[in-house]
Amino acid sequence: MKSREAPLIEFKGVVKAYGKGGSEFLALKGVDFQIHQGEFVAIMGPSGSGKSTVMNVLGCLDTPTSGEYLFHGVHVETLNRDQRALLRRNYLGFVFQGFNLLARTSALENVELPLVYRGLKRSERHAAARKALELVGLQGWEDHAPGELSGGQQQRVAIARALVTNPKVLLADEPTGNLDTARSEEIMALLSRLNSDLGITVLMVTHEPEMAAYANRLIHFVDGKVERDQYQEAKQ
Amino acid sequence: MIWNAFLLAVREIRRNLMRSILTMLGIIIGVAAVITMVTLGNGATAQVAAEISGLGSNLLMVRPGQRMGPGQRSGGKSFNLEDAEAIRQQVASIVAVAPTANASVTAVYGNENWSSSVVGSNNDYFITGNWELAAGRKFSDSELKSGKNRCVIGNTIAKELLSGEDVLGKKLRLGSFSCEVIGLLKSKGQSMMGSDQDDTIIMPIKTVQRRLSGNQDVSMIRISVKPNIDTDVVNRAITMLLRDRRHLSDNEKNDFSVMDTREITNTLTGTTKVMTMLLGAVAAVSLIVGGIGIMNIMLVSVTERTREIGIRMAIGALEKEVLLQFLVEAVVLSSLGGIIGILLALLASSVGSALMGIPFMLDYSIIALAFVFSAMVGVLFGYFPARNAARLNPIDALRHE
Repeated sequence: MKSREAPLIEFKGVVKAYGKGGSEFLALKGVDFQIHQGEFVAIMGPSGSGKSTVMNVLGCLDTPTSGEYLFHGVHVETLNRDQRALLRRNYLGFVFQGFNLLARTSALENVELPLVYRGLKRSERHAAARKALELVGLQGWEDHAPGELSGGQQQRVAIARALVTNPKVLLADEPTGNLDTARSEEIMALLSRLNSDLGITVLMVTHEPEMAAYANRLIHFVDGKVERDQYQEAKQ
Repeated sequence: MIWNAFLLAVREIRRNLMRSILTMLGIIIGVAAVITMVTLGNGATAQVAAEISGLGSNLLMVRPGQRMGPGQRSGGKSFNLEDAEAIRQQVASIVAVAPTANASVTAVYGNENWSSSVVGSNNDYFITGNWELAAGRKFSDSELKSGKNRCVIGNTIAKELLSGEDVLGKKLRLGSFSCEVIGLLKSKGQSMMGSDQDDTIIMPIKTVQRRLSGNQDVSMIRISVKPNIDTDVVNRAITMLLRDRRHLSDNEKNDFSVMDTREITNTLTGTTKVMTMLLGAVAAVSLIVGGIGIMNIMLVSVTERTREIGIRMAIGALEKEVLLQFLVEAVVLSSLGGIIGILLALLASSVGSALMGIPFMLDYSIIALAFVFSAMVGVLFGYFPARNAARLNPIDALRHE
């Protein structure tokens, strides 16, 4: 799966420290890796290993204390808050463990939310949101609020919301953490399909090896460092 | 961007309808109070002005002595009929000069008796006091000159003593003498101060001086000035004439006073205007309290919706977009309160002015001002919570339970 073209994402000696002075704690202690367009990467590791911190830095929600983070050749560590927000708006899609949908808001309105910030017209937003919901198999559920949907359906709404902007990268933080095995398999199959059919780069944090098996690359974190980084045959 | 923020705000307000209404209540009450107070105050001012002009317009009242303060007068010798005659002949631009002498009497007719006040004057008194006759006639020249026992009576006397029957030609007994009723005044009703203006008996001044007061004193001279003439000029002319007649040297103060109804109008309307402003100011304080209510709810709302803010930020909302969303929500909330308050004020002040019997004087600039002010309250008190929302760290906000 190695490619000669420039990597989409590159970490060079990324360090992330929390706190200051004596109580300083290093969540990341010099992390290096490259991720190319089209990869499906599972990030694993025990709790406290730094995998969530990596996810936050990758998602431009947090900045490295030192080191370089290149996204599409852009030095993310030099960007300010609003520039990082624009990068998220235009290139990234997020899926969270807790779904993080707006309560008492219909599936359609939840999905169209990122397009509101892109300044699209109402009719364009609705069309795109319907298409995204169809892609995750939720046609007919547009007018249902999250409270009226099952966990698996809510996560599919969240995936539709992440997809609606045609992002370069989909960041999934424990996307199956709140779901039973059957629903988890469905969600993983969906992510896998988005990766293979649409060519979306998927970065996923998980602690379940069964879910990590769907990825074609596995980065294992221990104690703030990459312990293992290997390619594998992805489960279909 | 603003339109989207507006739609979002409307949706959020509808979602928490009860809480939104309670939040707006402060602004509603504030705006309604300010507009109602000012509207009723303006109506009361207009009413006072109208009632004073009913006293007789362009009226000057000259009395002996100086006003020392409320209700007090220092001495000064009385006027006499020659003073009034001198004013009539020597001061320009006047319509009527009515010297008056007053006395209290008990009037008797048949078995009825009634305590009232008698005004002795001439026919000019009807002009200066805006009196019209309902029946009968005024005094004849000879009746005035010789001080005949004739009287013109007010409506109250006619009702109380003569039980409303035909009053002309009846003879009322006033102490040691009786007088014939030759005229009936048109009713004026209560004065502004609440006294009954119709409880009066008018006689020739010479009759009052000879029969009741027993001296030649004139206690007041009422002067009507021609319309469109500056009363100050006439006032100065009268003052100069009277100083001369009373032999006052240049360094002596006036021992009489000239009162101008226009001044009374200004004083009284000024007082009601100050009252209006004070009430309006008190009401404006409640607008600020309403604003603090909005800030309180917006702070709660930001805390409640921290996770939502985190989601929006993760999706790519800029700091200023989050700020705008919450700011617009506060402004929509406060302006909506302002609009409801204005409607409420229209209702309250039209009902209030009808109940108080004063004209409904709507001031559109106050309505505009109250609305702008309520919107500004939203900006002012919404900014701090909105800034709190915009400055949230997206990671912490997403983790917020």
